[in-house]
Amino acid sequence: MRSRMARSAFALASAGLLVVGIAGCSKQSTPEQDNTAQTNLKIVEQFPIGDNGAKLTPPDTSAAADPAGDGKATCPPLSIAMAGALTGADAALGINIKNGVQLAIDKHNKANPGCQVQLKPFDTEGDPQKATGIAPQIVDDPFTIGLVGPAFSGETKATGTVFDQAGLVATTASATNVALSENGWKTFFRGLGNDGAQGTAVANYLKNTLALKKVCVVDDSTDYGLGLATVVRTTLGATADSSCNIQVKKGDKDFSAAVTQLKGAAPEAIFYGGYYAEAAPLAQQLKDGGVTATFVSADGTKDPEFVKQGGEATKDALLSCPCSPAPADFAKEYTAAFGQEPGTYSTEGYDLGTIMLKGIDAGKITRPDLLEFVKTYDGQGIARKYQWTDKGELTTNLIWIYKVQ
Amino acid sequence: MSGQENSTDAPEKRTSVLLAPGDVIRTGWADLGRIPKWGFGILLFGLLAMLPLRTPPFLDTPGISFGATMAQFVMVAIIAIGLNVVVGQAGLLDLGYVGFYAVGAYTVALLTSPSSPWNQMGVNGFLHSDWAWLSCVPLAMAVTALAGLILGIPTLRLRGDYLAIVTLGFGEIIRLLADNLSDITNGSRGLDRIAYPRLLENQQRPNGVFSNGNAAGDMNYGTWWFWLGLILMVVILLLVGNLERSRVGRAWVAIREDEDAAEVMGVNTFKFKLWAFVIGACIGGLSGALYAGQVQYVAPTNFNIINSMLFLVAVVLGGQGNKLGVIFGAFIIVYLPNRLLGVTAFGVNLGDLKYLFFGLALVVLMIFRPQGLFPVRQQLLAYGKTARNLLRSADDEKAAA
Amino acid sequence: MIHQCADQVVCQAANINFNVDGLLNGFWQLTVDGLSWGAIYALVAVGYTLVFGVLRLINFAHSEIFMLGMFGAYFCLDYILGFSPSGNAYNKGVGLTILYLAIAMLFAMLVSGSAALGLEAVAYRPLRRRNARPLTFLITAIGMSFVLQEFVHFILPRIIPGYGGSNAQQPIILVQPKTQFTIFGASVSNVTIVIIASAMVLALLTDIAINRTKFGRGIRAVAQDSTTATLMGVSRERIIMTTFLIGGLLAGAAALLYTLKVPQGIIYSGGFLLGIKAFSAAVLGGIGNLRGALLGGLLLGVMENYGQAVFGTQWRDVVAFVLLVLVLLIRPTGILGESLGKARA
Repeated sequence: MRSRMARSAFALASAGLLVVGIAGCSKQSTPEQDNTAQTNLKIVEQFPIGDNGAKLTPPDTSAAADPAGDGKATCPPLSIAMAGALTGADAALGINIKNGVQLAIDKHNKANPGCQVQLKPFDTEGDPQKATGIAPQIVDDPFTIGLVGPAFSGETKATGTVFDQAGLVATTASATNVALSENGWKTFFRGLGNDGAQGTAVANYLKNTLALKKVCVVDDSTDYGLGLATVVRTTLGATADSSCNIQVKKGDKDFSAAVTQLKGAAPEAIFYGGYYAEAAPLAQQLKDGGVTATFVSADGTKDPEFVKQGGEATKDALLSCPCSPAPADFAKEYTAAFGQEPGTYSTEGYDLGTIMLKGIDAGKITRPDLLEFVKTYDGQGIARKYQWTDKGELTTNLIWIYKVQ
Repeated sequence: MSGQENSTDAPEKRTSVLLAPGDVIRTGWADLGRIPKWGFGILLFGLLAMLPLRTPPFLDTPGISFGATMAQFVMVAIIAIGLNVVVGQAGLLDLGYVGFYAVGAYTVALLTSPSSPWNQMGVNGFLHSDWAWLSCVPLAMAVTALAGLILGIPTLRLRGDYLAIVTLGFGEIIRLLADNLSDITNGSRGLDRIAYPRLLENQQRPNGVFSNGNAAGDMNYGTWWFWLGLILMVVILLLVGNLERSRVGRAWVAIREDEDAAEVMGVNTFKFKLWAFVIGACIGGLSGALYAGQVQYVAPTNFNIINSMLFLVAVVLGGQGNKLGVIFGAFIIVYLPNRLLGVTAFGVNLGDLKYLFFGLALVVLMIFRPQGLFPVRQQLLAYGKTARNLLRSADDEKAAA
Repeated sequence: MIHQCADQVVCQAANINFNVDGLLNGFWQLTVDGLSWGAIYALVAVGYTLVFGVLRLINFAHSEIFMLGMFGAYFCLDYILGFSPSGNAYNKGVGLTILYLAIAMLFAMLVSGSAALGLEAVAYRPLRRRNARPLTFLITAIGMSFVLQEFVHFILPRIIPGYGGSNAQQPIILVQPKTQFTIFGASVSNVTIVIIASAMVLALLTDIAINRTKFGRGIRAVAQDSTTATLMGVSRERIIMTTFLIGGLLAGAAALLYTLKVPQGIIYSGGFLLGIKAFSAAVLGGIGNLRGALLGGLLLGVMENYGQAVFGTQWRDVVAFVLLVLVLLIRPTGILGESLGKARA
């Protein structure tokens, strides 16, 4: 037995050497392949659309509110809290928002030596139960007079009442579930269009502006994906072919069944409500399966990972997002401060932080005052115009269309 | 050490010395009489209850409310006690215990959430809003016990690893059903605005102390849920303790140690295994009801296999079969990640690594101390302590003579 | 998939359909796809079944061995062979592609095999020395599963930049799926051919190894009665190591085949669900029985696909678990029933 073991070990080792040898030889022959298979695709903004799907002109961001203000503000030491997933699988989103708020606060503090505001980040890991434990911490601190967050719809659902009862203004930069504003919370303000607005706009864009006749709608059964897809299906009406309403599951990687069905239905476009981790393999398998329809998706897919993992198959894909592209100077400042490009919802975080700082500068240093300030605010940010209805939704929605090119 | 599972001696002795404090506490505790035990118990629970009000700084969790952490701890502790009945006392490997947790939570949610098609809170329903949650709790326990019965009858014929896998399968099936049957359970969107107990409503807190609105100060709703959970936990401990010392408990020990021998000796193993399952399920359902009331939002993503494994970790860590030990195990798995929330070391957020630490702890513990931190002491004799003292004094007499 | 709501535009996906038409229409396509999935399940299932046969232990961490194999294959393609990740397919011609795939497969097998041996040495051997109870082994397996997953999730990015983390690896695709021929109306792609062919070869080799060679006899002897086997001069420790090694090698091969099928699947959690399904397959075929594992894997792959067509795509995982539960309740010894130890393994 011993000699046998030794012989197998020897065999394995020599196989290994052989492998490395071949590899060494072949390595020289591959460098020229790099260019042919690389992707230089990027997600590029196109134009904003209105509720009816018509193209709009991008807003003028030069008049955007500057957190630095006039440099003469004075205030007692106050803090703005930020709650979201800062660790775990979904951390990228929370960190984007936190960085946006941080940038606004840093700019403000630098320009206003008499008024130093602090950022208090709280990590909820995206878990509603954790969020219910963190909300009291935020509310308990008398120096915290405003909150940017929570980031996810689930956490917001679980904690909205806490902030409502405490009278703490809670502006969210990313929770897009439509039902959130129906709870009667006086302190809920949504800094971007909700899924209802996004779904309506993108569906009308497909139906009216692009004048498509047949669209298939796929969703990933999650709260977000299904909610968005339902709005799209309703708005599309007869254009959404009911024979290819497909549901997949988040976490799936193999969509052969769906691809077969979509191929049979032969639509002009396929709308996917879900996240990039599934959108990328789906787009690729669609292309491999010979489906030529335009791939359309929403903000859950708008992430560099979508292009990285989907490759050429994502070319010409259309993505909608209630988030606005980052203007060039903002992107420069952000990259200088944090060493990475601004991500999804960084602009919203920056704008919402700026609004609260403007309130503090104007002398609103208690929770009720700041709440009133935000409620009656009407101004331009770098992402869009901010003014809220009494339910906490924006009065004007700006949905942007992006394209992978 | 009397009554222990036997392992080879040399490695045991070395590490037993290392983990000696646990054994010192254990043996010390076992030597106390009934009344001192009760005295200590009441004192300990009193201290525990006061903890959120006067939290020592080294214990406090800066990133999350301490009261809420304790509330989560007590829910997991109740689960651990229930799982201990199944795994620790009866020796049945159950990897899908989170399914019972889910059934309990969903029962309360389906009956009281406005988004549920079976909502009973409205005008046509039979639940009056102030007592809604409380009246749902026994219902949740009953439904979960029924689920345990349905699950147990076909599967308890299996032994060992097979049972583990079947229960794992069932746990996942329950979660997937909750996720897919969206007409009933609202799928992944979950059920929100679940009822909770209404107590001490006043101007400041229009919805009572158990609602989300009571978020200020140390006596926030987390603390109140903690106290409620603590009371329920004590009740469960008393009931389970009684069972342990009864014929049922002894049957469980017999089944755990050697099922065939027990069967031969006349123990109706199937009946008692089913009892263990049903009682365990019932307790899990209670904890689920607590969870639903506290978070007021129930979604399937929370009831996954990972949580099942975590509950098992709590039981194994604390000491299988030891109902007080598993409470300690539950404390560790709930408290430590919350304590480390936001703490960074070497550029890595320590809260992220919680599963890594638990995995390592499990592996190390299983090698060096598989019986857990506070192993159980068999209580097979009805007057065990008296007998031991008698024997000890007889030994001393002999030595003296 | 096709929801029974042709007359309704807004279609909240119906919860369960009984779309038998879909099944009958796409029967052969579903079967072919199911077989290619089944081949992957079968290879992983062998690992579970061998270890159970010899040690009576469910090696929960086997799914992480598979996951490490995926990263191993990726590493080979990336660093050793020099392909850069891009999400688009390379086109090297049939011969070269097969060579590169073979090299990647060997490397993946190497990684998985060593990981399996390491797992055995670190986690299970100390327990065997201490005569631990079965529950202890199970708990340790769960613990190692956590450790390996979180290692890849958080620690690996610090060791090899760009590897691990919360997102899947950017794919390196060597084979562009293309239909080669159709059989009974089902299109068979090159990927499917590669997967089924390799799986058949490996299954054959494993079968020969277990049933015709000397150490295979040793494995069967230890599975049947380890004490007597030791008396007959078979070294139990060596057999156990060999068993883990074989399981690891096959898991590594399955990992490469999986990355052919799902290039975006290389992520720390990519082994978990597949591992459970492979274990269900092993139980389905008869745990402890090598041919049972192979049969169970193919059967599970096909049944899953049928179930998904009939009930809807979101019920795919439920089918696997329900099958598992049914098999355990109705016939716990599985279809082929016998254990490794019996003469007719």
